[in-house]
Amino acid sequence: MITFSKRQLKIPKFARDVYLVTGGNSEFRRAFPEKRTEELCIEALQEAAKYVGMTATELKKYIHTCYYGHFADHFGDQLLGEAVIHDRLGLDPLGNIGVKTGGATGGSTIWEAAKAVASGYSDCTLAMGWERMDEVPTDEGNNYISCAADKDWETPLGHIYTGYYAVMAQKYWNVYGREEESFRRTLAEISVKNHGYAYHNPFAQAGMKITVEDVLKSPVVAYPLRALDACLMSVGASCVILADKETAYQMCKQPLLLYCAAGSHTLRVADRRDMEIPLLPNETEETYKDLDKEFPGGERYPGFTGFLAARMAAYYAYNWTGIKDPCEDLDLVELHDAFTISDVQTYEDIGIRPYGRGRTYVESGDCYHTNPKTGKPGKLPANLSGGLIGCMHAVGATGIMQVVDLMYQIHGRHAEIHGDPERWKRYGKQKPKDWEDLQVKGAKRGLAISHAGVGSHVTCTIVMQPDARLDK
Amino acid sequence: MSGYSVKVVEGKYNLSGEFHTIEPNQPILDEKGKLCGITNPRRIVHHHSLGGEAPFFQAITRGRLLATRCDNKNCKDGFGSIFLPYRIHCPDCLERNTEIDVTDLANKTARVYSFMVCERSGAFNTLEKPIRFVNVEFDGVATILMSYLLGKQEPKIGMKVRPIFRTKKPTYTITDLAFVPAETAEKDLPADFTFSK
Repeated sequence: MITFSKRQLKIPKFARDVYLVTGGNSEFRRAFPEKRTEELCIEALQEAAKYVGMTATELKKYIHTCYYGHFADHFGDQLLGEAVIHDRLGLDPLGNIGVKTGGATGGSTIWEAAKAVASGYSDCTLAMGWERMDEVPTDEGNNYISCAADKDWETPLGHIYTGYYAVMAQKYWNVYGREEESFRRTLAEISVKNHGYAYHNPFAQAGMKITVEDVLKSPVVAYPLRALDACLMSVGASCVILADKETAYQMCKQPLLLYCAAGSHTLRVADRRDMEIPLLPNETEETYKDLDKEFPGGERYPGFTGFLAARMAAYYAYNWTGIKDPCEDLDLVELHDAFTISDVQTYEDIGIRPYGRGRTYVESGDCYHTNPKTGKPGKLPANLSGGLIGCMHAVGATGIMQVVDLMYQIHGRHAEIHGDPERWKRYGKQKPKDWEDLQVKGAKRGLAISHAGVGSHVTCTIVMQPDARLDK
Repeated sequence: MSGYSVKVVEGKYNLSGEFHTIEPNQPILDEKGKLCGITNPRRIVHHHSLGGEAPFFQAITRGRLLATRCDNKNCKDGFGSIFLPYRIHCPDCLERNTEIDVTDLANKTARVYSFMVCERSGAFNTLEKPIRFVNVEFDGVATILMSYLLGKQEPKIGMKVRPIFRTKKPTYTITDLAFVPAETAEKDLPADFTFSK
């Protein structure tokens, strides 16, 4: 049983408030043979400038330091790729640094950029992330990703990261899912939902109208997971601009408060040791009194059924921001749906549901924009962007794309951006005739989870209207 | 690629032969002949230190399974914890762990905590597909070792298993260690593998 000290469990705080001023995305695709990475990054920065009525030149004049998220140099075949992008963005002579935390790279980049503002070092920072996953065949891409596991103890086992993750899915499937067909269908429903939301998102790579049966008939990747349960491999870029209060209000009319906390756990799942469940504000010891009786095999925490890093990121973020219950205090979330089953695991890690009960978030209809069971607004809509399954997973950009999409929602400008016919046309797509406005009415607070692989790093970013803050 | 050798002589790497080859690149054109990009071929051999974990990787080629244990009595969380994967230092106190032989413990108590049958692999995979990943628990060990199951039986959670070792033609990688269902007879072991010695 391992324990954590009080100092380690200290609730974080910024020395001064940090505001989200603007953000932007490139389009996301499986491959961009006609574009260099810098073109995508410039596209994202231009989007961010336009969103607040500036030119890129005007926006750049505010930036003081730059944070670049790029998971794998291997993919772009360029060491110090961050320096190439910084150069092409014309941001000399500003200090800049690369951030790499696997799948959580986007979130971690925001974490770094936010701390620079909070400390007073910078009044305005750029967090830009991207990934170039189209320049090697898929099996070589899988090998590169597997190199983010332990090279001596894991990578030689198949050179396939999916396998290292899938053993966790299998344990969850067995213990909390009880290997029930009904649970398998619930997982498929998540894929249907996220591909369906991506259908209305012009940035998205894999918008599709599919059925539960389509998911259940897609090829097995690693039982019980199938191809349509898995996230995409993508190319694209996203960025956000952060600032202190005074600067933020000079740059735009409606900056949003931003908080970002991070957690970690062992790189190898093999090294996970037993511990007590760290409790979130909406849980007590009573919550888990009978967990192992109800779900035999679930006595080990986190075992392979939970992600300690996600739980700790939520622990820090909720206690910091004053969130007591995510379902009551948040209006929407963007979660790291690398697989449908990891999406369910995250519902539990971040307290949307207690451990063992994640599936009910989907089955109740709470996770939808419009609850299909009641026809009323979903209680806490999830992944209206389409998430990693429907929109994209250009690793270094993913955690940033999530925050950009939350920003559109909280500003009430989601339809303006996603529904713009010119944008659909520019991306070579036809805006669907049955396009739906997925704006969450009155959205004030949102959360994004950025998650690395088997849970080595997780960040929890919360953005909100300044008048909706709960911590003062 | 072959034709190279790496040795350590008096504490220094001694390299000879070819460690990379140069191949001509090719243009990438679209259907109209417009230049879109270029290929960048390369073959490179890295040489990698196993450092303090080398005893583990040598032991599995000789049919023995090594773990480590924190013997620092002042280590509140780690004292007495057995680590497999072999961990050079205790993650809590960072003192050097004591190496212990857990072969007999593994033979008697190894069981499947979780598993995954994976039809796909990445480039450079050397294992036969489908790969049957198994995560193995042992009595008294604080961690859950990742490995793979050989033999015809499908893995199950709770299944009793035994370690086997690639003692003939070893690769000196983690793939020299695998597991089989506990009741497997020696004659049914895959080529190049044996039970513990």
